[in-house]
Amino acid sequence: MKEYRTINKIAGPLLFVERTEPIGYGELVNIILFDGSVKRGQVLDTSDELVVVQVFESTAGIGRDSGVRFTGETIKMPVGREMLGRILSGGGKPIDGGPEILPEKRLDITGAAINPYARASPNEFIQTGISTIDGTNTLVRGQKLPIFSGAGLPHNTIALQIARQAKVLGAKEEFAVVFAAMGITKEEANYFMQDFERTGALERAVVFLNLADDPAVERIITPRLALTTAEYLAFDLGMHVLVILTDMTNYCEALRQIGAAREEVPGRRGYPGYMYTDLASIYERAGLIKGRKGSITQFPILTMPGDDITHPIPDLTGYITEGQIVVSRDLHRKGIYPPINVLPSLSRLMNLGIGAKHTREDHKKVSDQLYAAYAEGNDLRGLVAIVGKDALSERDRTFLEFADLFENRFVRQGYSEDRTIFNTLDIGWDLLSTLPVEQLVRIDRDLINKYHPKFRNEQKKE
Amino acid sequence: MEVKDKKSKETKQGMLKRIAGPVVTAVNLDAHMYDVVKVGREELMGEVIKIQGDNTIIQVYEDTSGIRPGEPVSNTGLSLAVELGPGLLTSIYDGIQRPLSVLVDKMGDFIQRGVSAPGLSHEKKWAFKPLVKTGDKVQGGSIIGEVQETNIVHKVMLPPNAKPGSVKTIKGGEYTVEETVCILDDGREFPMMQRWPVRVPRPVKEKLNPIIPLITGQRILDGLFPIAKGGTAAIPGPFGSGKTVTQQQLAKWSDAEIVVYIGCGERGNEMTEVLTEFPHLEDPKTGKPLMERTVLIANTSNMPVAAREASVYTGITIAEYFRDMGYDVSLMADSTSRWAEAMREISSRLEEMPGEEGYPAYLAARLSEFYERAGLVKTLNGGDGSVSVIGAVSPPGGDFSEPVTQNTLRIVKVFWALDAKLSQRRHFPSINWLNSYSLYLDSLHDWYDKEVSPEWNKLRSWAMEVLQKEAELQEIVQLVGSDALPEAEQVTIEVARMIREVFLQQNAYDAVDTFCSMKKQYDMMKAIRMYADLAYAAQVAGVPPTQINAVKSKNELPQIKFIKDYKPALDKIGKDMDAEFNALRSAA
Ligand SMILES: Nc1ncnc2c1ncn2[C@@H]1O[C@H](COP(=O)(O)OP(=O)(O)OP(=O)(O)O)[C@@H](O)[C@H]1O
Ligand SMILES: [Mg+2]
Repeated sequence: MKEYRTINKIAGPLLFVERTEPIGYGELVNIILFDGSVKRGQVLDTSDELVVVQVFESTAGIGRDSGVRFTGETIKMPVGREMLGRILSGGGKPIDGGPEILPEKRLDITGAAINPYARASPNEFIQTGISTIDGTNTLVRGQKLPIFSGAGLPHNTIALQIARQAKVLGAKEEFAVVFAAMGITKEEANYFMQDFERTGALERAVVFLNLADDPAVERIITPRLALTTAEYLAFDLGMHVLVILTDMTNYCEALRQIGAAREEVPGRRGYPGYMYTDLASIYERAGLIKGRKGSITQFPILTMPGDDITHPIPDLTGYITEGQIVVSRDLHRKGIYPPINVLPSLSRLMNLGIGAKHTREDHKKVSDQLYAAYAEGNDLRGLVAIVGKDALSERDRTFLEFADLFENRFVRQGYSEDRTIFNTLDIGWDLLSTLPVEQLVRIDRDLINKYHPKFRNEQKKE
Repeated sequence: MEVKDKKSKETKQGMLKRIAGPVVTAVNLDAHMYDVVKVGREELMGEVIKIQGDNTIIQVYEDTSGIRPGEPVSNTGLSLAVELGPGLLTSIYDGIQRPLSVLVDKMGDFIQRGVSAPGLSHEKKWAFKPLVKTGDKVQGGSIIGEVQETNIVHKVMLPPNAKPGSVKTIKGGEYTVEETVCILDDGREFPMMQRWPVRVPRPVKEKLNPIIPLITGQRILDGLFPIAKGGTAAIPGPFGSGKTVTQQQLAKWSDAEIVVYIGCGERGNEMTEVLTEFPHLEDPKTGKPLMERTVLIANTSNMPVAAREASVYTGITIAEYFRDMGYDVSLMADSTSRWAEAMREISSRLEEMPGEEGYPAYLAARLSEFYERAGLVKTLNGGDGSVSVIGAVSPPGGDFSEPVTQNTLRIVKVFWALDAKLSQRRHFPSINWLNSYSLYLDSLHDWYDKEVSPEWNKLRSWAMEVLQKEAELQEIVQLVGSDALPEAEQVTIEVARMIREVFLQQNAYDAVDTFCSMKKQYDMMKAIRMYADLAYAAQVAGVPPTQINAVKSKNELPQIKFIKDYKPALDKIGKDMDAEFNALRSAA
């Protein structure tokens, strides 16, 4: 392989290499430093005059005297069953002191798009044991459901609780966890690792760690390596894979950094105009394929800068993912765990995974009614602050009280409290029974007669 | 899509000079704007989008990884076109009309590149029935025969640009789409299939003014903000506010004869959902599976952006083709913002001077050209057909002041404004009744008068007034509480709540409520009006609002939504309300 020493310019993570033979777009590039160490990069732009290379590591030590080797192929990831239980760097190198991975296959990390015609519709209910998810924002196997959080909120604890408790009722199948850390602190990473070790999940996990002090540009490939691994485990080996990506905000910052280095016209708040497409190439790598056993369920975690849900990172994510779980600072301040605010939260695939066939016939209507009542009670809080409780009508007062009850009994639960879906729905009915029955306009009469505690008990008495 | 080599036109080969993602530069190529070219040794499909000296700039519809400078580029001399003929219905295509089912057969579950597949099957035989005979005069657009494609009859037409002539031979029988079915006197031969360049609108005789609503079965749309057949509507909203669900509801229940649904840069699973659900759903009008009238275009967010840019044109061209047969077609594009972003991405790679928020300066022009292809028309063959276009818009941060929303609103006649505040409280469809509008109300007035009831238009305006009034009253309530309102206005608040909760809220996932006939909409609104009249009368007679609002029978009204044969239940509620109010008034 020919080595060029024609680097002409280095700007941020980009190298500009001159006078090469024809180089392929997207090729993997090795950069050889004077001490013999090798860094990796990828071709972003190629012409007969100039090749632009994006380096995935720090450019420290690279100079005009460094050698550049074009490998003639796009970036591949060696994958194999042996990866389970291993810890790799954000660039895919083992960092747990173990041996190199013996690859069964080498796969392109960009990953081709799943043909929509080949997809199977996700419809299997995953019980996470958390009421605000199972009851009102149900997760379905094959879904991509991010956690929108803020700095200092317990999103990691929630993610771990989900990873620990998530199960498909009545099924015993091979599962795996792929965990990709991008720019999180060592301390946060340890928090995850210790929990994985304690629960034995590590044996079934593949961990990719790009920590806060690792090169930012490496974060561009970390999620892609993780998802390539996940696709192999899911679609080649037939496992049900849960992918946790944290923190996508750091990923987007790295994307912005590269855009700036390329002197591109920036989009909103300086993020590149193609960020939607770029994020989609990550988030869309989830789902089920007809005729294949496995599945990929994605849990990206992101911290909203300034808790602002309209910031481009949560905004573009929300436009791609199938809903979002929103962690709220207000509830956290009230000391409620998990501080999930159901109002802005959503699971779009919920309807596919609930109902008589999957959970219980009253699920959808109970959830709708809980939302409507909580939203109404929550609005009244604002009013009470101005006019006082006494100015409220009788009806409004019951809704106001409902909102408090909802937060304290439905939302609040323990770190390891694993509620069944039936338990969750029954709590829901208990709360709804504090409202006048004619206010339950979202629920059909038949269901009220069957499940409402008042009528339920009456039926029993007879 | 397949572009046949026209050997005569094939010119000297060019050579790739630069590759930067989906945009590549070739030199030495004889090309015209929008010619389809084959790029690299793998012959990836691309389209010429800029010519600068000897440099031809090409957008490539497939992934360009691994392609090197120096590889060949050849020009087909044709523009990007779709194949039109029997076989379109029930298909699912990518943005450049490659059937996704064929791609699965050819290259497996993941989309690889370098595979071409014709839009229509060239092998399948269709039973062709002539509708003209030897000696008949025909011209561009003439219907010469038909094929029973699904439960829909596919009219076989001469291409719009065909010169007039008279039929020499035409014979019924089994044909592939490529085989000649009709020969004219001057020797011209026509197969069932025609090709049409997607960026050129198909010609019509005349554009007419729309006067019939597209009935969708969605109360807030049909009842308050109707779109006409041949009309245009935009549905902007932040993520998760209900754009896709609303569009899918329209695809399912609207009384169009043909539906073209474009998933433009959106989720793969949403298209899968349509594919799995539609074959099992029945058209409320014909009782036939909905899939049989549907064409799907799916260029999801992770598929190549250049093909995403093309997907909207592919879809509208197919819609126009069915319109030319005399059908009412409705086209949904979810989401036009992703289409605009594809334009932006390509434009920025061309290093064009950006306009507002980085979008190209021609954004507004492209949007209006697209929506102009909607309309109720007199077709070349003298029939009536229509294309209604409903575009979803995904404004960043839900902020409607951004360029795509604003430029769209300047063109479309109906605005369904989605509101995150409503969706958060699960008020669906979360269309804001104060901000939305329909400019078709006047032209559809007569239709509602005749087909629904002479009362309808009045009921509609009444409901809008109550909702307006409520908004004003709510501002006061926020300051002083509802008990401080005058008594009549406390009744108004309750009536408005009923309009919202009974009429406007509609659950797309309830087996019955998902579709509401115009008759039922009218009956429901009438019942609310009846309550209002009784309530105001009681209030005037001195009954206190707390007692009025406590009337039990009205609480049964929301249940009407979930009942299929609602008439007996609704009549009973009417009687009960009467009785309850009578009792109240006599007590007062
Ligand atoms: N008419 C409706 N009835 C019941 N539920 C609805 C209705 N409309 C929307 N929803 C609910 O809202 C969710 C989000 O709707 P939808 O997917 O249409 O949003 P969207 O505006 O298309 O978002 P995005 O821009 O992210 O694609 C749905 O999954 C569904 O739960
Ligand atoms: Mg959508």
